[in-house]
Amino acid sequence: MTSTYKDSGTASLNDEEEFTDILEERRRNTDLGYALRTFNPQPYKGAPSCSTSDLNKAVLESQYLRYIAKEIALETGSSVEKVRQEARGILEEMSHNLQLGFIRLMAYTFNKVFKRLFRSIYVNMEGLNMLQQAIQESPVILMPNHRSYVDFLIVSFVLFTYDIPIPVIAAGIPLASMKVVGEILRRSGAFFIRRAIGSDKLYWAVLSEYVRTIVRTGCAPLEFYVEGFRSRTLKSVVPKLGMMDMVLEPYFKGEVFDITLVPISISYDRVVEESLLALELLGVPKPKESTTGLFKASRVLQEDYGCMHVNFGRPLSVRQLCEGKINRSEYNLIPRDLPQRPSTEIQDCVNWLAHLIVRTQEEGALISPWSLMACLLLQAPITTLTEEGLQWHGLTEKTLWLRKLVLDFRGRLNWPAHTPDSDVMSSTVALHHSIVHHKAGRVYLVQDGNPASQDPLSPEEKVMRTAAAVLMLVSYRNQAFHVFVRPGILATAIHITKSTQKDELFSFFCFLRDVFSNEFIFIPGRASQDFDEACSLLQKCGAVHISQQEVTVLETGLEVLSFLQKLLQPFLESYQLIFRYLCENGAHVFTEKQFLPAVRNLATKLILSGDLHTFEVLSSDTQKNVLSALRRLEAVTKLRASQQNEYKVNKAAVRRTGDILSGKIPPESLHAIPDARL
Amino acid sequence: MASNSSGSDSSDRQRIAQQRLSVIAGHLQRPVEGNSGILAAECKAQGDKLDVSSERRTVPRRRQEIMKWNGWGYSDSKFLYNKKGQAEFTGKRYRLSGMIIPGLREWMESTFGANLQHKTPAAPILNSSVVQPPTLNEAFLKELKSTGIPFSHDAEDRVFRSHGHCLHEIFALREGKIGRVPDLVVWPNCHNDVVKIVELACKHNVCLIPYGGGTSVSSALECPPEETRSIVSLDTSQMNRILWIDEKNLTAHVEAGIVGQDLERLLNESGYCTGHEPDSMEFSSLGGWVATRASGMKKNIYGNIEDLVVHIKMVTPRGVIEKSCQGPRMSTGPDVHHFIMGSEGTLGVVTEVTMKIRPMPEYQKYGSVVFPNFEMGVACLREVARQRCAPASIRLMDNEQFKFGHALKPQVSSIFTSFLDGLKKFYITKFKGFDPNRLCVATLLFEGDREKVLQHEKQVYDIAAKFGGLAAGEDNGQRGYMLTFVIAYLRDLGMDYYVIGESFETSMPWDRVLDICRNVKARIVRECKDKGVQFPPLSTCRVTQTYDAGACVYFYFAFNYRGLSDPVHVYEQVEHAAREEILANGGSLSHHHGVGKLRKEWMRETISSVGMGMLKSVKDYVDPNNIFGNRNLL
Repeated sequence: MTSTYKDSGTASLNDEEEFTDILEERRRNTDLGYALRTFNPQPYKGAPSCSTSDLNKAVLESQYLRYIAKEIALETGSSVEKVRQEARGILEEMSHNLQLGFIRLMAYTFNKVFKRLFRSIYVNMEGLNMLQQAIQESPVILMPNHRSYVDFLIVSFVLFTYDIPIPVIAAGIPLASMKVVGEILRRSGAFFIRRAIGSDKLYWAVLSEYVRTIVRTGCAPLEFYVEGFRSRTLKSVVPKLGMMDMVLEPYFKGEVFDITLVPISISYDRVVEESLLALELLGVPKPKESTTGLFKASRVLQEDYGCMHVNFGRPLSVRQLCEGKINRSEYNLIPRDLPQRPSTEIQDCVNWLAHLIVRTQEEGALISPWSLMACLLLQAPITTLTEEGLQWHGLTEKTLWLRKLVLDFRGRLNWPAHTPDSDVMSSTVALHHSIVHHKAGRVYLVQDGNPASQDPLSPEEKVMRTAAAVLMLVSYRNQAFHVFVRPGILATAIHITKSTQKDELFSFFCFLRDVFSNEFIFIPGRASQDFDEACSLLQKCGAVHISQQEVTVLETGLEVLSFLQKLLQPFLESYQLIFRYLCENGAHVFTEKQFLPAVRNLATKLILSGDLHTFEVLSSDTQKNVLSALRRLEAVTKLRASQQNEYKVNKAAVRRTGDILSGKIPPESLHAIPDARL
Repeated sequence: MASNSSGSDSSDRQRIAQQRLSVIAGHLQRPVEGNSGILAAECKAQGDKLDVSSERRTVPRRRQEIMKWNGWGYSDSKFLYNKKGQAEFTGKRYRLSGMIIPGLREWMESTFGANLQHKTPAAPILNSSVVQPPTLNEAFLKELKSTGIPFSHDAEDRVFRSHGHCLHEIFALREGKIGRVPDLVVWPNCHNDVVKIVELACKHNVCLIPYGGGTSVSSALECPPEETRSIVSLDTSQMNRILWIDEKNLTAHVEAGIVGQDLERLLNESGYCTGHEPDSMEFSSLGGWVATRASGMKKNIYGNIEDLVVHIKMVTPRGVIEKSCQGPRMSTGPDVHHFIMGSEGTLGVVTEVTMKIRPMPEYQKYGSVVFPNFEMGVACLREVARQRCAPASIRLMDNEQFKFGHALKPQVSSIFTSFLDGLKKFYITKFKGFDPNRLCVATLLFEGDREKVLQHEKQVYDIAAKFGGLAAGEDNGQRGYMLTFVIAYLRDLGMDYYVIGESFETSMPWDRVLDICRNVKARIVRECKDKGVQFPPLSTCRVTQTYDAGACVYFYFAFNYRGLSDPVHVYEQVEHAAREEILANGGSLSHHHGVGKLRKEWMRETISSVGMGMLKSVKDYVDPNNIFGNRNLL
């Protein structure tokens, strides 16, 4: 087989992208030879060579840090020298120590590991070429999604392979505390950021100056996860803005001509930590990152994880994107070295850009056949999956139907070409033997169980066991969700309002978009574009007919609409359940610690009694998203004074939101749609 | 006016002036040539005053006698490629005149992709038939005639006063395209003539546009196309006398029409100078400097125009505005001089100015310093400013401009000099390791008494050394300054070969100098690419002035427009974008070129709505009928 193939998916114009398997050549040559290859990248043209110690010195001696140090000294009453000493300590803990030798070591190790884990690692060469070009023109920010620990150094690995400057990477501090590994990561370019920095002013100052100095000097590409952390649900996470602010500030302040953002979409056929993620979502604490843990995890090396795709997106010019959106002259009146709170205009722009990047990552992600199957499996009744089994034949037919729909919806599908569909189906199921198995023409959900030797499980434990398997399915479904979400919301709006009036549907669409904006990525201010997109996709697949005023459902479209509506059903059910909990539960004030298990208990009870059909409400991710949504809708407020995350409920507002969601009252009564300026 | 001052003062002043006159009489031997019309400078109203100087002036009433109608400067001076294809500068006026410039052709070809085969010659003569016939206000004309003030409605005279030197203005002239031009040109001879003209203009509702040296680069002289009244260009060029020199207070009282080179030359004859030397000083006038808030290259010693002016007399539709005394500083509310300075001809005509003068410097010395890169150069200038030890002039040219300056090196006569040049180059690039594509050069001009100059020089070179600077000789320095006088001539050469360009300037705080230079240059390159310019543009800058709190930066921008259907439009779009970039990065709308009509759109964001209102209310009071209707600034 050749090492390249065409991405058979997207309907967009540039879908003739070629992916190259970078492991293929590795398999043919020695790992050592590869690790010791000459590495001679072309750096950013304006960049002076800048050693780690130069960088740290520049940060410590910056006017900005001096200013902040003085301010802190004044506030706390300690001496400036002491504060600066503290800053030095923070920087030491934080800073990377990129060394080519360690990159080689990393490359060598990764070669070994990756060749074992994956059949192929596909990279789009066109994206790499554009990146190579972009790196010479302006400071580049690499923005991958984060779905697995495995992808932490994958970008460095690819760039090393193709002679492109190695990035410095923002990482969470727990990685740094791993013995040896932490240091290796540091020397491979990682710098470490504490979680929950909160209001530690000095820490913020050191971090932001560090990041800005890297961008300003362009000494190395900067890589960070705009989603902030690894997505436990394999769904895109609403972007965090802290790093984004720091990274973009040098452009806003005119310290660089432009900044290039490169969204990178990493997709997996099978995620290494799939079961851990599900357990974590169910409240089983995640194992602490430790070196011994890493070795224990080595049994994962025995497994087959299929292919990995690293899709380098088209480089985006911040200058072009911000054109006309912001007025940079607001920075003219304060010395640039001093901290300045950006205007709401700039903040909105940063938020918009961050969302745009995540959306672009989504669009660049490849959807595997397994994700399609997961969508369908989840629509079957749970007893079918656990007991009777789902008809293989029916599943195959439905999956092929869905494949067509995904293509209609311009999804980027990773469906092997030149292979009979039945082979694709069965090899996919084989790859995911940890979740389903195929036996005698039927498919069953694998329930990771302790063998019968143990005591029989209690009904609650059984629910949890099933939930773990279901949540794994859910996460693979989520990999494809971005393709369906906009038409799905429209389908839901049609289903709930029973209306054909475009404006009525639009306002319900906006309401749902608003309620679910922690679940799915919506670019702020683009409600009407999202609606139009949803309309045109549904029209394209023959589900509806759109006229000036009306959206009419076509007979031929019922299958699509029902599929989409069922796809979103778990979210609606979960939200309603939690709304109900908040309204019926006596307390007006609760903490997050009480809230999560209480909801989980209620849900378990209802599942057992057959009143609730979704397991997704058991996921802490869903629960937290509901809370965030309610806070956004101002039905729940966080009490400032409290230390342990106390919330206050406005029950009437929660009830009203629930009533709108179930279609009892129209959504106009809710607060206005955010302005569509951006 | 003389009558304002007490008798004793006046006679004192006259006595001193008289003495002065006899002292310098020796300098004034050059015979007065024909042109009696222009030399009949005696103005009745000024009869009681002494004209300190009676030398022939540079600017005749009929400018066309010595100047180009569609390009920069004197008709006899221009760049051209001779039959051998070598660049040559004609005439006898400049240091470069009559010389071959061997490097220019290659520079033009390699920088712009220009080619001697692809010519874009200008229309050779002004075709008077394309000039619209004048709209004359007969009543005004009749009364004007009775005053005896010279005037003309000859097409050439009018066209000459219809433009400044913006690219689009010159480009249109070269193509023989003439838009709205003044209907009449008047040449007042003195303050009182101006008073009469303004009175008549008010009486007959005629639009007046003051015209000084015609060197505007802000579209300030363009006649507003929407103006329906008769437009009269008020040419101050014949009001060009130094009325008196006050040696006790070191001031000179000068008519505002005098051009820089005359003012300097005449004062020099008395042993004095103003030290005000804008790059346009050959042609720009004192009144123009006041009206645009001009800046001279030696402002570090002498100050900008606002520092030099002691007293101003301006004729407005409301009457004459002037202060009652010549105190060096006053606390009498907002300084009314600052309504006048920068008013760009919207409020009235500046007729007489009392200016500070200084004894001519004993010693002058050029110098230059090469830096490994622009960043180091800027850091050095900043340090020089911090120590407040800037020489009379200090300028930092970027790498592109350094190469440009190099291309203008005249043919060297001796093998020895070229050998030395080679050696210098070797020393800097090979021995010192400077990258020839990154190094940049600062040019210096020191002035003062010899000993102090040498001391000062050492101080500056010591600072430069700390920033990796190497002294690079006087010659490089001098050539740098020459560049500023011939650049406008060079633009005409470029326009003969599909190359158009212009300069623009701004000022900014020190911490933004590097960013603005980099971002604006990059923006120009990107915009050119986006707008379909086929060749990479020249996008270069220099830091031309240093201040305590910031600097002035000058950009040159030019490109080869072959393949573009509307090059001027493209040019304007790029310049517009560059200005946006400047403002977004914290640069000012203008350091000394002024606003005119070209940069009006940014005035409100520059000075705030309240600021606009303040200026408007002044305009409304001073000139309610918009007699001074050039529509600049607001």
